[in-house]
Amino acid sequence: MTAAITIYVPRETAAISMGANDVAETFASCIKDKADSIKLVRNGSWGATGLEPLVEISNGNERIAYGNVTPSDVEGLLQAHLAGEGHPRRLGPTNKIPYLIKQDRWTFHRCGLIDGLSVEDYRAHGGFAGLEKALSIGAPAIIEEVKTSGLRGRGGAGFPAGIKWQTVADTAADQKYIACNADEGDSGTFSDRMLMEGDPFTLIEGMVIAGLAVGANRGFIYLRSEYPLARKILSSALQIARTNNLLGNNILGSDFSFDIELHIGGGSYVCGEETAMLESLEGKAGMIRFKPPLPAIEGLFGKPTVVNNVVTLGSIPNILRLGGNRYAKLGVNRSKGTLAFQLAGNIKNGGLVEKAFGVTLRELIYEWGGGTASGRDVKAVQIGGPLGAYFPASKLDTPLDYEAFIQQGGMIGHGGIVVFDDTVDMAEQARFAMEFCAIESCGKCTPCRIGSVRGVEVIDRVIAGTDRTNNLALLDELCDTMVDGSLCAMGGMTPFPVRSALQEFPQDFESSGGEK
Amino acid sequence: MTQRLPFDEKTARDLISLTGAEPRMLVQILRVFVENFGFVNDDMIRLLASELNLSRAEVHGVVSFYHDFRTSPPGQHVVKICQAEACQAMGSRALTDHAKQSLGIDMHATTEDGAVTLEPVYCLGNCACSPAVMINDNVYGKVDANTFDTLISKHAGQTS
Ligand SMILES: Cc1cc2nc3c(=O)[nH]c(=O)nc-3n(C[C@H](O)[C@H](O)[C@H](O)COP(=O)(O)O)c2cc1C
Ligand code: SF4
Ligand code: FES
Repeated sequence: MTAAITIYVPRETAAISMGANDVAETFASCIKDKADSIKLVRNGSWGATGLEPLVEISNGNERIAYGNVTPSDVEGLLQAHLAGEGHPRRLGPTNKIPYLIKQDRWTFHRCGLIDGLSVEDYRAHGGFAGLEKALSIGAPAIIEEVKTSGLRGRGGAGFPAGIKWQTVADTAADQKYIACNADEGDSGTFSDRMLMEGDPFTLIEGMVIAGLAVGANRGFIYLRSEYPLARKILSSALQIARTNNLLGNNILGSDFSFDIELHIGGGSYVCGEETAMLESLEGKAGMIRFKPPLPAIEGLFGKPTVVNNVVTLGSIPNILRLGGNRYAKLGVNRSKGTLAFQLAGNIKNGGLVEKAFGVTLRELIYEWGGGTASGRDVKAVQIGGPLGAYFPASKLDTPLDYEAFIQQGGMIGHGGIVVFDDTVDMAEQARFAMEFCAIESCGKCTPCRIGSVRGVEVIDRVIAGTDRTNNLALLDELCDTMVDGSLCAMGGMTPFPVRSALQEFPQDFESSGGEK
Repeated sequence: MTQRLPFDEKTARDLISLTGAEPRMLVQILRVFVENFGFVNDDMIRLLASELNLSRAEVHGVVSFYHDFRTSPPGQHVVKICQAEACQAMGSRALTDHAKQSLGIDMHATTEDGAVTLEPVYCLGNCACSPAVMINDNVYGKVDANTFDTLISKHAGQTS
């Protein structure tokens, strides 16, 4: 007989960083004599990070949530719950939490709901159905379904996934690969991590489907080293997938075989760029490769390779299960489906919001985020990671749509939204953009390697008020050189945050001491 | 406290055998070395070059490319403070200044008693709970000067 009551405490980095492990241990000791009637489950996070640790207690029909639980709350909270009484931490039913109900959960529909390492839970909530469908319809139809969905790459560049898969499928070779980009280096992003920690089988299933579609029997996941918990959970998930025939030979009784190797990065941002990632997977330094050839034609070890982001691949199982058409109905214009936006930085209710494209920055920052954590005004928002432009508050009505963002001089990238209040010094942020480029440059091209170092020096002189006019002109020239002369977006887009800071917040570049 | 192994060739060969002595596994092997020995030194580079059939220059080139592959032994506890934008928005610069001052060291340096090494990191994926800090493999969120000091004494005992 299963326990009558289940307590859920997330096993997820953000929740744990706010004390979820201590909370779980306290629950465990409270219920150790009641193992028949109460069990403790470590689920993924729902992504309402501002409420973490978010504990749920279920009687099998309804899950009641408690927010920001501390170990000292546990005993009283449990007593109150069992007695049917209220408690200050009580938020009510999980499925009525405003942060969660207004979302369009597609890729993250199981995240938070289940113990991500339970194959039973996974199957009970739609897991494997996408793969079963894929096995029954065959490769060309899978690719058609992905094309129909309009799914674009969620790692940054937004390239249509179906077209990439078609290229790999059409390229004849004795060996092909699926390489999942789990390097998630952009500041303000954590959706890959949440999916890998909360519902890792979704990624694995997506990779198997990709393999089936293009004729690859080997996959790689390149995971950043800064994610030790995701690494642990993924390693277990891969093992469990093998024993449950989701990986290995003759998957789900078919004649298709596929397996995945987990690789850990070396703490290099540029290794998130796909060709640098491939170099790193080959055991080398993460130097960017010239394109062409595209990785889809000559990728890992020179073989045709699908390189896709975690969220791209994680969206696939439901596209197969529910149909590409249904996905394409969500979103706007050429931005189809949903994106898992991430609210970060100076924000009251940070976390993950999976929502159809078309929602505005303002809605995300205020309706979900609740404004700044400090309670002060929003001054700037950086979207799309360290290479993304800074938007002033006047641009908050921009809809989240790839093309609308490009029109505004920005990019959605991996969907990270970093909020700054009015205490931020934008000259310091511009300086950091150059400094970060100098630290992370792969070194292959001079404009990026040397230009970024010069950039820091020039901005320092501007801030100090030394020969301002000339130094500002020099900075502008430097930005041009980096944009025109860089091989990849590291050097090529670092000028975006720099220039947007200069254009939108010129007052921050005026030295307090005046011209020297 | 992190348990580390002293370097000897047998241990190193055992570690290499975990992934297989293939050049394509070099980055993974270096990671395993850093996790077990704490760092990578010339002896390890020499051994790797001969085991994987690479030149020492090739191995060295890979070691020096990646931030994670330190070449000198760290302290017993590695403390990483996130320096990226979401954490900056919540005061990581001030937190970093505080950390340097309270530990009495700069970034990439180790306290005199060998207890703590301070390192920068660019995003821990905990950007909704910024500023974020990682001590060994544990991530902490919304860390201020006070909680930082508490965390340090919890992990590394008294550090004065
Ligand atoms: C400097 C740089 C860093 C990048 N970092 C990542 C990353 O961490 N994760 C990611 O998925 N894509 C990253 N990308 C984008 C990849 O190059 C590539 O477009 C992506 O992995 C393709 O997968 P997708 O089509 O599913 O997005 C980065 C690109 C650049 C230029
Ligand atoms: S732009 Fe920078 S990171 Fe990109 S290839 Fe050139 S040097 Fe390397
Ligand atoms: S920016 Fe600091 S954890 Fe992401």
